[in-house]
Amino acid sequence: MTLLYLMINGLQIGSIYALVALGYSMVYGIVKLVNFAHGEIIMVGAYSMWYVMSRFSVPAWLAAALSVAICSVLGMFIEKIAYKPLRNSDRLSLLVTAIGVSLLLQNLAQLFFTANPRMFTNIFAGTVTIGERQFSNATTVTIAVSTIIMIGLTLLVKRTKIGKAMRAVSEDKETATLMGINVNNTISFTFALGSGLAAVAAVFYCCSYSQIQPTMGGMLGLKAFVAAVLGGIGSIPGAMIGGLCIGIAESLTKGYISSKLTDAVVFGILIVVLLIKPSGILGRRQNEKV
Amino acid sequence: MLEVRDINVYYGAIHAVKGVSFEVARGEIVTLIGANGAGKSTILKTVSGILRTQGGSISFMGDEISSIDACKLTRMGLSHVPEGRCVFQQLTVEENLEMGGYLRSAAENRRNIERVYDTFPRIRERKRQIAGTLSGGEQQMLALGRSLMSAPRLVMMDEPSMGLAPVLVRQIFDIIKEMNDAGTTILLVEQNARMALSIAHRGYVLETGRIALSADASELLDNDDVRRAYLGG
Ligand SMILES: Nc1ncnc2c1ncn2[C@@H]1O[C@H](COP(=O)(O)OP(=O)(O)OP(=O)(O)O)[C@@H](O)[C@H]1O
Ligand SMILES: [Mg+2]
Repeated sequence: MTLLYLMINGLQIGSIYALVALGYSMVYGIVKLVNFAHGEIIMVGAYSMWYVMSRFSVPAWLAAALSVAICSVLGMFIEKIAYKPLRNSDRLSLLVTAIGVSLLLQNLAQLFFTANPRMFTNIFAGTVTIGERQFSNATTVTIAVSTIIMIGLTLLVKRTKIGKAMRAVSEDKETATLMGINVNNTISFTFALGSGLAAVAAVFYCCSYSQIQPTMGGMLGLKAFVAAVLGGIGSIPGAMIGGLCIGIAESLTKGYISSKLTDAVVFGILIVVLLIKPSGILGRRQNEKV
Repeated sequence: MLEVRDINVYYGAIHAVKGVSFEVARGEIVTLIGANGAGKSTILKTVSGILRTQGGSISFMGDEISSIDACKLTRMGLSHVPEGRCVFQQLTVEENLEMGGYLRSAAENRRNIERVYDTFPRIRERKRQIAGTLSGGEQQMLALGRSLMSAPRLVMMDEPSMGLAPVLVRQIFDIIKEMNDAGTTILLVEQNARMALSIAHRGYVLETGRIALSADASELLDNDDVRRAYLGG
């Protein structure tokens, strides 16, 4: 029974990692950038939700939708002003820019909301009983909604026109342009999608951990990044599997070893992956075109 | 149909195309031949908007296109089959074709896909296969088929015979001829100058970024300089 309990909790946090990892992976796939500002999008999502709810007392679902919209627009905006001008420069400049954007967002949040943690009310209060254990509604809703979102995303990328365009652009921008695909719009769409998923992750995260602060995106973002690398960065199913694996590994470590060791285990996994299979579980080896 | 006037293209300090002018009339096959590095691909990329000319003009069906976004030209009826295996390796064959018809409706695409399959039966057999697993010749056929999906008025092809066995080269050229007979105008860049001139109406010879010669294809085939330099004596 303990195992089932730990697995379900692992799936919950794993779903959150997976949603964030998807953003890393999709953006990496299309512009070959590890978007270090992605963690801060989670933070912005959390603060938008908190602000809208505490200030204007709008219903939770509307606050969540607003937070997703704000993050999507922010993601597109960051791409337009910070990354797009550097699209043809080397990766290092892009990476440093991403770190800069990340620090900027963190500091802006401190400026507006101070560094003090804020309390976040769980919008999925209540519990359900599975077997002999009680699970919070936050847990079940997180797992259920994330599953639906991930199925939806998979269908979007596989079946729809924009999804196919995303895959074409991530493979070869020049040829995609010759097909009449608007590469800039496709990249914007990818950033919007990834950032929107980060906002969803933020909502779920806050419902279980109830505290938000300007630096919250750091560790969460980093672990999701490890998940993306574990699954194979650039791969969408990889990000999902990677996220769930990291979540379960964390939860099992907490349950059977010590909660102090969870971070060590996560980054230990990263090191092992980098040593044994750097391209990740589902990653392809990059065959650079000559 | 296509009128290029005095275009100059630079890669940083390298002046790759130096004041080139040429034209393609409706219904023609025009070929651009020249040694490696002469600037052929650069010219095609400039016409299709991937590269920009400094000065000069490019007009397509009467519209000035030298500063239009590359992704808008497909809609105007211009199609460019790039050099090398430029099919989307990780998409399936059918998805590649759908990308070719990106700006067309789903109904048009279904009809055009059938037409492409009729022209290239080998592609039909492999429609669910990942394009990267096709042979080089099959990929080239797919690239040609994909260019037809937008129902273009002018197709620019960059070395469609590259790396293909002689029998496949003949087949590709037959198909190009058929496309032309069906009303598509063609601008053909080729290393295989003899083949290209044998199906073309007119040709231009490009030497280090300049047009050195332009004449009817049959004249170029008989020209001593051309024979020596591009037709192997
Ligand atoms: N991206 C680039 N950066 C710098 N120089 C380039 C670039 N692309 C082409 N060049 C240079 O421009 C010139 C023309 O190149 P281009 O590719 O147009 O030749 P080509 O006639 O198509 O040759 P080939 O028959 O080998 O394909 C060459 O000298 C080449 O080195
Ligand atoms: Mg070339």
